[in-house]
Amino acid sequence: MPEITYVEAVRDALRDEMRRDDRVIVMGEDVGVKGGVFGATAGLFQEFGEERVIDSPLAEAAIVGVAIGCALAGLRPVAEIQFLDFIPPAMDQLISEAAKIRYRSNNDWSCPMVVRAPCGGGVHVHGALYHSQMLEALFAHVPGLKVVLPSNPYDAKGLLLAALRDPDPVCFFEHKGLYRSMRQEVPDEEYLVPIGKGQIVRPGRDISCFTYGATVHEAVIAAESLGHDGIEVEVVDLRTVRPLDRELIVESATRTGKVLVAHEANLAVGVGAEVAALVAEECFESLDGPVMRIGGPEIPAIPFAESLAEVYCLGPQKIETKLRELAAY
Amino acid sequence: MAITVKMPQLGESVTEGTIGTWLVQPGQQVERFESLVEVITDKVTAEVPAPAAGTVGKILATEGQRLSVGEPICILEGVAEEGSDEPGPGEPEAVPDELSSALADGPEEAGAESGSPAEVRKAETAKAAKSTAARPVVAAPTDSANGSAGFISPAVRALAGEQSVDITQVRGTGFQGRITKRDVLLFLEAGKTAPPKNAPSAGPVAHPAVSEAPLPGSRIPHSPMRRAIAEHMVRSLQTSPHAWTMVEVDMSGVAAARAAHRSEFRAATGIDLTFLHFGLKSTCLALRAVPTMNAIFEEEAIQLMTEINLGLAVAVGDGLIVPVVRGADQYSVAGLAQAAGALIERARLGKARREDLEGGTFTLNNAGALGTVMSQAIINQPQAGILVMDSVVRRPVVVGDGIAIRPIMNLCLSFDHRINDGAAAARFLGAVKSSLEAVTPNSDLF
Repeated sequence: MPEITYVEAVRDALRDEMRRDDRVIVMGEDVGVKGGVFGATAGLFQEFGEERVIDSPLAEAAIVGVAIGCALAGLRPVAEIQFLDFIPPAMDQLISEAAKIRYRSNNDWSCPMVVRAPCGGGVHVHGALYHSQMLEALFAHVPGLKVVLPSNPYDAKGLLLAALRDPDPVCFFEHKGLYRSMRQEVPDEEYLVPIGKGQIVRPGRDISCFTYGATVHEAVIAAESLGHDGIEVEVVDLRTVRPLDRELIVESATRTGKVLVAHEANLAVGVGAEVAALVAEECFESLDGPVMRIGGPEIPAIPFAESLAEVYCLGPQKIETKLRELAAY
Repeated sequence: MAITVKMPQLGESVTEGTIGTWLVQPGQQVERFESLVEVITDKVTAEVPAPAAGTVGKILATEGQRLSVGEPICILEGVAEEGSDEPGPGEPEAVPDELSSALADGPEEAGAESGSPAEVRKAETAKAAKSTAARPVVAAPTDSANGSAGFISPAVRALAGEQSVDITQVRGTGFQGRITKRDVLLFLEAGKTAPPKNAPSAGPVAHPAVSEAPLPGSRIPHSPMRRAIAEHMVRSLQTSPHAWTMVEVDMSGVAAARAAHRSEFRAATGIDLTFLHFGLKSTCLALRAVPTMNAIFEEEAIQLMTEINLGLAVAVGDGLIVPVVRGADQYSVAGLAQAAGALIERARLGKARREDLEGGTFTLNNAGALGTVMSQAIINQPQAGILVMDSVVRRPVVVGDGIAIRPIMNLCLSFDHRINDGAAAARFLGAVKSSLEAVTPNSDLF
């Protein structure tokens, strides 16, 4: 089985689905001729032409708005927002239009659109203020949208294919720090990873650590460290943050009795808050410790200077410390 | 409020004690530090003082019962609240009158089942308010039952309930001693693997009579001292690789000195001068000459001890006790005679004090009084060695080219081979021997 990078997995999913389904088109800044600033759409323009791979102007609201129009007209558009940080101008289209079309038309109309964007930062990503943000919580709040954050190349391809076949709008956020740094064996043949289902990437008996995106890998490193001291941490990759895999979350939390939710996005009012509330309500009688969360700090943006970015970012060490605190309770 | 008085730690390596005589009874008012009960530990009998003024409540340990340090002994009620020692969110809010009277009348209903820290504190506040109105103070059952167990999480409560576990029996390893779910699981695990107490003995079914018949002979139940000695001896051999060596000492000089000074010494000090006193002095000199014999083995280093605190093995009752002469090297022979004399006296009368028994750095055993000529003693942990002075026996020895009769004593050293090798042991014994053999009637005793 070939080993490919995360960004190659994204490109392969797009290419395979564009080959399989004529209705799939891609639009966004620099997606065509350039093949995307990260190469996520490399070769698509050459293979499918300018009718299906469209270089758009620097106008996010239009990118998403036009994509909505295409979806209503029967196409399966993929709107790329070059950096998730640039999505605010498109939010009216996404939240007020795309998310509500099926509901407000009483099923007469639907919007099978995928909005893809690279997200996330890190010490070595050097994204600074406007090329690093994790904004998934803003969309996870909106009924009518689905929000997916794969943590690895295998899931990236499978989940993107699932998103492309989903009849409703899907926000598909790819962690740019993983684009080229993560390689994995990914099947050539078609396979799907279901949206709305998480996965236990490291089973454990003592603590459930719910996480997603690049933080999954940091959590696993932290869990290994606790494993040396006989504390078994179960790391659960949520994969989809709307809808949450409530069944998996409740089952894991009930079994271990201790929960830590970890995500890169700012802690306050993040996805972790929703998971924690769910656990507190559904698993109260099984809890052996307070439900804890760890996330990005209460700072408006990640700094550019590496030394400061280190302080801002989570990393395995901070997660480990929090896990140990919970384990000792 | 009510507090639980627990078995205190009565000595540095003491882990348990036996309840002796109760000095108070339920309902009795006691002052702070007033003695509640006698506790017998391996060497010392001590009294447990009341940690605060109050009224003696329920007695939780009976006379003769053996308890570990930290286990509850009794309840002390009516203790003034100086400050909350329970972890909790914040100060309890003022309790309205009708609620406080309901709480004072029925503390069982208020606190028993839920036992959350907030509710226990509410009950206590109500009681404190009522006590000034001269109502009899009633202990909150939650305090003795749950309060000491800390916060019981939903998971722990559920698991303990399902498995019928008595939470007060479970040891908590969580934050501030909290009982965690894992603690309950381990407790259940331990209960399954330990053999049930009343199960028939495991033996071939065909001969149940053989496996259950008692052995012929009478039984001597273990006294606390016997248990302590047994534990220490096993542990000592498991800790220190014991090596043994000896020298013969010509005690004619010491014998002559003793004969010359004995009556004068007794007249001056009231003490009978013996070979032991000379042995103590010589041992101290030798320990200064070979400091590694006055040391402790630690993981990273050998800790040489500054003080020489010489322990003396004394036979008492059904066992032995080792009182310690602190700073023994600072005494003359006469001083050692007096210090040792006082210690031995107290030990034989069962009145050894805690400080008499602690801090020893080396031990001397005067076995000669018992008649043995060679002894292989077991080291008193954590010391480096133990020296036995066996019997002084008149023997024919070679002096010059002839034979003479001399009083010969074997000096036997058991030493921890981790700290010292044979050469150092021999040097040490040689130093004791030289020192003893140098004694003459002209030697200074004072």
